[in-house]
Amino acid sequence: MIEAGHFALVLAFALSLVQASLPAIGARLGNERLMAVAAPVALTGFAMTAIAFAALAAAYVQSDFSVLNVWENSHSMKPMLYKITGTWGNHEGSMLLWVLILTFFGALVGLFGANLPPALKANVLAVQGLIGAAFFLFVLTTSNPFTRLFPVPMEGRDLNPVLQDIGLAIHPPLLYLGYVGFSVSFSFAVAALIDGRIDAAWARWVRPWTLAAWMFLTGGIAMGSYWAYYELGWGGFWFWDPVENASFMPWLAGTALLHSAIVMEKRSALKIWTILLAILTFSLSLLGTFLVRSGVLTSVHAFATDPSRGVFILAILTLFVGGSLALFAFRAQSLTAGGLFHPVSREGALVLNNLFLTTAAATVFIGTLYPLFIEAVAGDKISVGAPFFDLTFGALMVPLLFAVPFGPLLAWKRGDLYAVSQRLFLAAGAALVVALVAAFFVDGVSAFAALWLGLAAWLIFGALTDLALKTGIGSVSPGVAVRRFAGLPKSVFGTTLAHMGLGLTTLGIVAVTALQAENIVAMRPGDEAGIAGYALRFEGIEPVQGPNFTEDRGRFTLSNSGGARLADIVSAKRIYTARQMPTTEAGIKTLGFSQIYVSLGDQSDDGSIVVRIWWKPLVTLIWLGALVMMAGGGVSLMDRRLRIGAPTRQRRPVAAHPARTAAE
Amino acid sequence: MTARTRHVVGAFAWLALAAGAPLALTAGPALAVTPAEVLADPALEARARKISAELRCLVCQNQSIDDSDAELAHDLRVVVRQRLVAGDTDAEVFAYVVSRYGEFVLLKPQLNWRNALLWATPVLLLLIGGGYILLGARRKAAGADQVALSDEERRALDEVLKQD
Repeated sequence: MIEAGHFALVLAFALSLVQASLPAIGARLGNERLMAVAAPVALTGFAMTAIAFAALAAAYVQSDFSVLNVWENSHSMKPMLYKITGTWGNHEGSMLLWVLILTFFGALVGLFGANLPPALKANVLAVQGLIGAAFFLFVLTTSNPFTRLFPVPMEGRDLNPVLQDIGLAIHPPLLYLGYVGFSVSFSFAVAALIDGRIDAAWARWVRPWTLAAWMFLTGGIAMGSYWAYYELGWGGFWFWDPVENASFMPWLAGTALLHSAIVMEKRSALKIWTILLAILTFSLSLLGTFLVRSGVLTSVHAFATDPSRGVFILAILTLFVGGSLALFAFRAQSLTAGGLFHPVSREGALVLNNLFLTTAAATVFIGTLYPLFIEAVAGDKISVGAPFFDLTFGALMVPLLFAVPFGPLLAWKRGDLYAVSQRLFLAAGAALVVALVAAFFVDGVSAFAALWLGLAAWLIFGALTDLALKTGIGSVSPGVAVRRFAGLPKSVFGTTLAHMGLGLTTLGIVAVTALQAENIVAMRPGDEAGIAGYALRFEGIEPVQGPNFTEDRGRFTLSNSGGARLADIVSAKRIYTARQMPTTEAGIKTLGFSQIYVSLGDQSDDGSIVVRIWWKPLVTLIWLGALVMMAGGGVSLMDRRLRIGAPTRQRRPVAAHPARTAAE
Repeated sequence: MTARTRHVVGAFAWLALAAGAPLALTAGPALAVTPAEVLADPALEARARKISAELRCLVCQNQSIDDSDAELAHDLRVVVRQRLVAGDTDAEVFAYVVSRYGEFVLLKPQLNWRNALLWATPVLLLLIGGGYILLGARRKAAGADQVALSDEERRALDEVLKQD
């Protein structure tokens, strides 16, 4: 079975070589039969990779410890769910997932690309094939999950306990669907450069892929953030850790790409820039893969001791980034610049969005890599951590977030900023009220935090204003408004939802940063501790035996200021038996959008235990906002003009005026 | 958590990275500040927390001493509090810690020539990008003064527009 999987993977590699060469040659020579090879090969390649992946997953399910990878990362007593998800809970398996998703997207292009011009489709699939070939070779030569182990051990070494969690089970596939999904935009960009031709239709083909990848990446990042929040035990939701940054950079660039592709589709402008962004977004995905896989982040020395994997990915990175940028440098000039627009216009607003998002991505980039750079160049060790990113990234976000509500309201080509400001008057007033109320009536809110709260409210109200204006609420009769509402293009709802989600996430981040309360106490059974007007009573602690762990389970009762009992909270400290590794299982009670978060510390000899209690106001909005953003992407994806095979509207023929013909 | 378990956790951080985990982890029961450490004076304690959040726990991966439960982080938190009680300003506390542990301990790098590129990148990119866009817009605007439509063309255009 395992050998069959190994063999299927080798076949998939061979197919990717075919996919990378024949269709591209066909496109060059105009040979349709060669070009037609692309789609079936892409589909078969996906099927082969799926077989390989299924073989590894089956070995995990059966706890086949004769497979080195399974022995290293699984255990017969592990719950079935984590046996399955353990397949990608390690380096080799997760790289196999990476190529599986890559070929999956290739197969989708093959299946749904019927309406693409044949040469474009052939080139896109060829580029996909080339990426696939590089990564198949990487998996087969440096990270083979199918290596056997002999003699066969009786028991496995178990999966890292922090990964035995539903959040982390779903996180990598989502993240990869995002990361790797951007490869399609990349392939489209490179194909357009090879072709030397690019038009609004190109943007319309690229946008759904970018949107889908962006949605998954948004979900993946949010899932990772929530996992860190509840699993790491101190209630942080974002740490500006290099591994987080590695996923955040493509998100920022991808968000910029989504917006610039709109300009290109509607107005034929920003062509060259959109191509460049598509290349950069996937390059950052590759960089993220390199940073995480090579071990260069743990330390430069760890990288130097086992450089084979790191150097291989670095070579892939250099090949694709360097190659595509060189191609860009040669061919970008041949792309004609598109429509003109005034700086104050929808296009102008989207350019501003791109300026700030790419600067933000560059800031995260340099902050993440600067310590490596300094260590390599000067030999000094420095740290770039959360305080740096909070300051620089935060400063960049203020003007961007402030501008967001203006964008969708401005007209294409030439907008009227004054008129738009008037329309946003109500939203601005409401945001101001929020800021003032927060500053004067909520304890512990600094003027700075109040302004940020106002900004979050501004985003939410601004998004709603756009929808209200397009529906005509207030200016037309309710019946007409309802009909207009139903008739609005899906993309309008998409924009509203995405921008509102951004506002919600901002609100959650600001609220929890500025207003969270903390109480650190040593408690004995029967003790009570207060937090944000609630009382938490420690009932006691008892040992519990789980399937593959033991835990000390602390029980608490939460009541409000009136003494009414609200909830039982269980917070535990766990030891996973196989690896003797401790984890925390924080006790969390959601109240509205806020949460009470209880984490256990060390027990002392006098029978008391250190308990950390947090009040996290509106914290769930951080992730709910991300869900709303994803929903926005999903609704946008259903827009008629993006649907595959949607008929293009025919232009009404205009009779050439005789006088005009004469004038020519 | 003992120093030994922490070491084990550190060794497994790679595995978490391998799975695409969003974090460099120290996954043990992370309880940083303990009740015994907390200063009686709330103003001083608040300053201590703020300073702690900007100091790196040297044996952890990307954790501040405020978040970490490592022995060393505990020692450093106590040092910070001792200096504050002794009457140091925030800057003096930072200077003292840097003199003992080097610049690596600062999560927010100093503003000096070596770090100039780090701090200047966002500003420079905004200026260069913004300048390029503005210049481009102006050039386009200048170039956009194309030949005006002739009367006949205008009439033809009106007619076409009327059809809609």
